[in-house]
Amino acid sequence: MNKHLQNIVNIIQQDESITAEQKNAITKSLKDADKELEITSFKLDRTEKVKRTTAILLEETIQELELKRKAIEETNTALQKTLDELKATQAQLIQSEKMASLGELTAGIAHEIQNPLNFVNNFSEVSNELLEEMTEQLEKGNTNEAKAIANEVKMSLEKINLHGKRADGIVKSMLQHSRISNNKKEPTDINVLADEYLRLAYHGLRAKDKSFNAALKTDYDENIGLIKIISQDIGRVILNLITNAFYAVMEKKKLQPEGYEPTVTVSTKKIDNKIIVNVKDNGTGIPQRALDKIFQPFFTTKPTGQGTGLGLSLSYDIVTKGHGGELKVETKEGEYTGFSVILPV
Amino acid sequence: MKILVVDDEKDVQVLFEQRFRKEIRNKEMEFAFAYSGEDALKYLNDLSHEAVLILSDINMPGMSGLELLRHIKEKHKEPPPLVMMITAYGDADNYNTAMKLGADDFLTKPLEFSLLKEKLKAIH
Repeated sequence: MNKHLQNIVNIIQQDESITAEQKNAITKSLKDADKELEITSFKLDRTEKVKRTTAILLEETIQELELKRKAIEETNTALQKTLDELKATQAQLIQSEKMASLGELTAGIAHEIQNPLNFVNNFSEVSNELLEEMTEQLEKGNTNEAKAIANEVKMSLEKINLHGKRADGIVKSMLQHSRISNNKKEPTDINVLADEYLRLAYHGLRAKDKSFNAALKTDYDENIGLIKIISQDIGRVILNLITNAFYAVMEKKKLQPEGYEPTVTVSTKKIDNKIIVNVKDNGTGIPQRALDKIFQPFFTTKPTGQGTGLGLSLSYDIVTKGHGGELKVETKEGEYTGFSVILPV
Repeated sequence: MKILVVDDEKDVQVLFEQRFRKEIRNKEMEFAFAYSGEDALKYLNDLSHEAVLILSDINMPGMSGLELLRHIKEKHKEPPPLVMMITAYGDADNYNTAMKLGADDFLTKPLEFSLLKEKLKAIH
């Protein structure tokens, strides 16, 4: 028993004025009080222990949280670095895809430049001959004949100018195609752009694969005029669609060589405030299982090494994000595919 | 001599008419023009007796010059027209294919008109 309570018990026991019964009652009460004090003391002690344990746990938790915070910070830094690297890689991929498509066109470009150059050379030679002839006629006094020859010279010079500009236009387009887009919308003749890429893609493929041939059909709406687009980006979209169309007809020709006439049609149309560029082929079509994925980056049905799988996804971004337009596809497996680029004007 | 020139480049007509103006004027040569293999075949089917010589480009959209040559050699045997093939590439593959198909001569672009004139006059 607590020594202070024991003292009280002792004092009470010695006091004769208190009856034995009272002494027993007081002693019992004091013993009960002692028990309660013991219990309270035990509880206090336990609470103290819990407090100490809790403090230790809290300290440990804080340390652990700090470690985790640092780990998250490090992860964030690493993620940011990875994101930056991914963005840089994406930019490189876009440029690579652009250059790959340009590489595909090299032979077509050579052909398309060679042809006008041949005309320039031939018409300049013929102009010389005509001028000699004109001098002879003038010396003979045949003025009318000389005038007729002068008209021929004029026609030749016009042809030289025309074909010189044609070659110049092709070189400029290709330089523009290989440059990084400046995202600037400029007035563009969409019909000229589409036709240029159609011819380049066709001659490019022909040079690579001499067995390839296809009928080219065009139907350009002459009422479109100039429209404001990022011409090098839309040029890439059109080129991509045409290249895919040629691939589809080539594949079908391999499967069905007899009685099949590969045909690629490029058309433009102005409807209300929209310009529609349609590239249609009568090739293999797109199977339903692939249709949902064609605009996904890196999705390709071509054999390894023949396609980056970026063409349509980049085209989709150029049309939708870059121009606020739509890129739609209609296809029937084994029969046809038509892509429509819909641009608001 | 009637010559059918087949090329998808339409300015070839102006060029030939200027280059051969004297021969045309003197009625030594007469030219007809087709801008695709299909057009050339149609011309030959309609007026087969007229063309003595066919000068055809190889690289044309639709029916290529080589396909046209195959058709001509299969279907126009009496009398067989002479066929000269012209191509911008002038490579061994096209040359061999054209010769196997029965081409009578092979020229490469850019055309040397003086050489072509000599060849045509020799035939004439």
